[in-house]
Amino acid sequence: MTSASAPLSVARPRRDPLLGVAILAVALVYVRALAFTPIEARQGAAQKILYIHATSAFIALYVAFALMAVASILYLWLKDEKLDRVAESAAEVGLAFTTVVLLTGPLWGKTIWGAWWTWDARLTSTLFLWFLIVAYSLLRGAVEERGRRARYSAVLGILAALLVPFIHLSVYLFRTLHPMPILLKPSAPSMPAEMQVTFFSAFFAFLLLFAALLRARYRIATLRDLVANREQEHAA
Amino acid sequence: MSDPRLGAPPGTLAASWIVARKDLAIEFRTRTAFLSALVFALLGVTIFYFAWDVTAVAAADLAPGVLWVIFTFAGLLGLQRSFGSELADRAIDGLLGAPISREAIYLGKALANLVFVSGILAVTIPAVVLFYNLPLGAGIGALAGIAALAAVGLVAVGTLFSAMAVNTRMAELLLPMLSLPFFVPIVMGAAQSSARLMAGRPIAEAWPWLRILVAFDIVFVTACTLAFPYTLDE
Amino acid sequence: MTPTPVLKAEGLVRSFGGRRAVDSVSFTLQGGDCLALFGPNGAGKTTLLRLIAGLLAPGQGTVHVNGVSLKEGAAARAQVGLVSHASMLYGALTVRENVELAARLYGLADPAGAALAALALMRVDDRAGAPARTLSRGLQQRVSIARAMVHAPRLLLCDEPYTGLDDAGSAALTEVLTERREAGAALLLVTHNLTEGLALATQAAIMRRGRFVRHEARELLDPSAYQSQYRELAAVHE
Repeated sequence: MTSASAPLSVARPRRDPLLGVAILAVALVYVRALAFTPIEARQGAAQKILYIHATSAFIALYVAFALMAVASILYLWLKDEKLDRVAESAAEVGLAFTTVVLLTGPLWGKTIWGAWWTWDARLTSTLFLWFLIVAYSLLRGAVEERGRRARYSAVLGILAALLVPFIHLSVYLFRTLHPMPILLKPSAPSMPAEMQVTFFSAFFAFLLLFAALLRARYRIATLRDLVANREQEHAA
Repeated sequence: MSDPRLGAPPGTLAASWIVARKDLAIEFRTRTAFLSALVFALLGVTIFYFAWDVTAVAAADLAPGVLWVIFTFAGLLGLQRSFGSELADRAIDGLLGAPISREAIYLGKALANLVFVSGILAVTIPAVVLFYNLPLGAGIGALAGIAALAAVGLVAVGTLFSAMAVNTRMAELLLPMLSLPFFVPIVMGAAQSSARLMAGRPIAEAWPWLRILVAFDIVFVTACTLAFPYTLDE
Repeated sequence: MTPTPVLKAEGLVRSFGGRRAVDSVSFTLQGGDCLALFGPNGAGKTTLLRLIAGLLAPGQGTVHVNGVSLKEGAAARAQVGLVSHASMLYGALTVRENVELAARLYGLADPAGAALAALALMRVDDRAGAPARTLSRGLQQRVSIARAMVHAPRLLLCDEPYTGLDDAGSAALTEVLTERREAGAALLLVTHNLTEGLALATQAAIMRRGRFVRHEARELLDPSAYQSQYRELAAVHE
C-alpha cells in the first residue's frame, strides 16, 4: 500500500465557516419564529412548523432538484466530472430536505386537519420527488464504472425534471386540499409583515444551510474520486 | 468500386422495423415471457376482485384502477427482457457496428415492446370487462384509445430504463424503481379518464386527463429517443 | 496518385478512467493490405478494434474508412465487418436468421441469398436452420465470421478469429480472408498466433500499453527472429 508518488495534496479538513454561519442563522430564525413572531389566528402555534416545512419544500424542489437537473444537462453536454459531482451532491442534500418536508408535513397535518396524511397536492408531489431522488441514488449505487454512472444519472436527472410538471399537474387535478399559497399571490401576500420577515429569514437561513451542506458533500465526492484515480493509476 | 450487392443502408425508420422484427422473432420463438406476463395479468385481475368487498364497492367501479395497475406491472415483466438478449453474446455490438442510427435501435426495441404490451392488453381488457361486469358499449372504443396512449408512454420510458438497468447489478429491482414514478401520470391519466368514460360521463370530464396522457407521450417519446445514445458505452 | 486508403487512423487516443488504453495510434491500410497486430493481453488491441469499428468513440483522433470519417454518422460503418471475441449472435434465432439480420442491417438487396452464400463459404450452411445456441463454440465462430462478411466489407476487423476453429474451419477462414484481400479489401487481424498472423499479413505490428512499439512491412521481417523478438517485447512489464 505504500507508494512512491507524492501524497495527496489536499488541505486538512477544517470546519467550513459557512456551515457554522448557516447553523447559527437557522438557530436565530427559530428563536425569532418561536418567540418573536405572532401566532397565527386560525392554525395556532402549529403554524410555526411552516417556517421549516414550506422553506424546505421550496428549497428541495426549486434549488436542490433544479440544480441536479441543470448539472445533469450540462454534464451530458460538457462531460465534466465536476458537474456529475454537483448533481450527486445536490441530489443527496435535496433528499435530506425532502425528508424533512415529509416528516414535518404530517406533524402539521395532524394538528390542523386531524389526519396524519391526506394526499394533498403539495405533499403528494413532494412524496414523488422523494421517490425520484431515491431512485437516482439507487441507480448511482448500482453502477460501478464512473463514466457510465455519471451518464446514467444525468439521463435520469433530466427525465426526472421533465416528469415533475406532469406529477404536479396530475396530483393537482386529482385533489387539492392544501391551503392556498399565501406567499406567492400576485397581489400583496395576506400575511402580517412580521410573519413575512420570519418567513424570508427562514428561507435565507435554510438556503445557507443548503449551500454549506452541498459544499461539504461535494468535497467528499471530490476526495472519493481522487482516491479512486490514485488506485487506478497504481493498478495500471 | 462498391459491391453491386450492397444496396443503401436502411434509414432510421426502416432500421427500427428490422430491429423490432428481430426482437419479436426472438420473443415468438420462446413465448415464455409473453405467456408469463399474460398469466400474471390475468391472475392479478382475478386476485384483485377477491381482495375487495364487492357488496360495498361495485366491481365496475374497481375495474379501471385494477386494469391500469395490473397493466403497469405486467408491462414491467415484459420490459425486463427487452435488452437481455443483447448482452448475452454481445449481440448489441452487431447492431452498434451496423450502419444504422442509435435511435433506430431504441425505436425498434420500443416498437417490439409496444407490440408485446398491446398483446397483453388485448387479452386483459376483455378479461376485466368479463370479470368486473363492465357495460359493453361505445366505451370500449375509447378504452382502446386510452390503452394505446398508455402503452406508448409505458414503453417509451420502460425501454430506456431497461437499457440502463440491464447493465447494472440489480437489474430486476432497479427497473421498477426507476420506471414506476414515471408510470404514475400514465396510470392516473388512464384510470381517471377510463373511469369517467365507462361511467358514461361526458367526454369533457375525461379530457383533462387525456390531455395529460397525450402530452406525456409526446414529451417522453422525444426525450427518451434523444437520451438513448447516452446510455450506450461509447 | 494514391487511391483513398481503406482505413486511415490518425492519433487515436482512448482512456478509461485515468488510464490510456489506446495511446496515439496512427496507421493506414490500402486495399489488399493485411495488418497482423500482436501484443500481450491488456495492450489495447481490442479497444483499438472497437474504436475502428465505431463501437467506441475516441477521446482524440479520427478514423476514416474509405475516406469517410466515422464521426459523420452511421453510413460510414457500412463497409466495416467485425469478428470479435464474443459471437454477437442471438441464441434463440437460427443461424440463417442471424446472418440474414446482418444482411438487412447493411441494406443488401437479397438478404436471404447473401446469407446462405456467406454460410456456404464458411462451410456451415448445413446447420442454417438450427438455433444458434445449439451450435458448438467453433461452429458459432464460423457463423460469426459469415455474419461479418455477408455484406462483402472493404474493411474487415478480426479479433482472434481463429479461436475455437478446427482445421476445416481454419482452412475456410484463411480461404475467405485471402479471397477478401484479393478482392481489394483491407484486413486488420489481431491474433496471438504469430504463424497464422504472419501467413496472411502484408504488415505486422506489435502493440504494448496502447502504443505500436513495432510496425513494419511483412517482407522486411524474418519470421523466426520475429518470434523471439516478440516474446521479449511482450514479456517485459505487462
